[in-house]
Amino acid sequence: MIFATVGTQLPFPRLIDALEDIAKRRDLRILAQTCDAGRQSDVLTLRSKMPPDEFADAFQSAPFIIAHAGIGTVLSARRYRKPLIILARRADLGEHRNDHQLATAAQMRERPGIYVAGNGDSLEDLIVNSGSLKPPSAEGSASKRLLVDCIRTFITQ
Amino acid sequence: MAVGSAGGHWQQLLELRDAYVAEDVHYVTTLKGLPEQFNLTNYTIVRDCNRDQKLDMAICAFGLLITALRKRPNVVVTTGALPGLLAIMIGKVIGARTIWIDSIANAEELSLSGQIASRHADLCLSQWAHVAKEGKVQFEGSIL
Repeated sequence: MIFATVGTQLPFPRLIDALEDIAKRRDLRILAQTCDAGRQSDVLTLRSKMPPDEFADAFQSAPFIIAHAGIGTVLSARRYRKPLIILARRADLGEHRNDHQLATAAQMRERPGIYVAGNGDSLEDLIVNSGSLKPPSAEGSASKRLLVDCIRTFITQ
Repeated sequence: MAVGSAGGHWQQLLELRDAYVAEDVHYVTTLKGLPEQFNLTNYTIVRDCNRDQKLDMAICAFGLLITALRKRPNVVVTTGALPGLLAIMIGKVIGARTIWIDSIANAEELSLSGQIASRHADLCLSQWAHVAKEGKVQFEGSIL
């Protein structure tokens, strides 16, 4: 089943609304973690919060992931090698304190395996063409190695 | 002692574990069941908190203090958020060297916790070169 997650901090109704429309139109089965205990749906399977083991199971058994542009989700996608479609939260719509998710999404646009949806329509296009999505590579970047070296040097000095 | 709140902060802490995997590390996070997902056995769960929840903040600080007194870490490393800042403060009190690694999500300025941590931590890293321009905040690479 396709897995969608909005992270652990805040609900993201714009994403869940869009998924509801798409699931209805395309007859898809989607499990969505919403961070929103009051929300119900007759097309999506909803969970407000999930314990880490269930979250890991849902993530690993999904063909691809749909999510907010949270760093934790991006790193999970890399860890489990799952193609990831992200929709960034926007501060002007009251979806987060600031627009850091737009910055994250802009940063992610060039990364293999991570697909940035600008809105519900591009989200639907990506989902419909999910067969062509590639998983992210698990390899660490040169920049990450520098950071690890810096911390290790500090710790051992 | 390595401290990170559940979610992106914790994930970043674990992304960097190569930096401290050779050491005797005690992990601290805020969500039950999370360390098991990373096959960790040396860990403590503390109360999550944000700056609007003073009681949770006190409970979190108490949990961190007890852990720090039991484990006597030489180094406290954290990726945030507020529990990480509390850990830096407690680390200073017990004489540990302290490292704050600001979340890569903070692409425009240091997080609020990071701004305070930068005045106290021995090493304060941003994962963005342009954010690290001020004061003693350094840029030495990023997890991505």
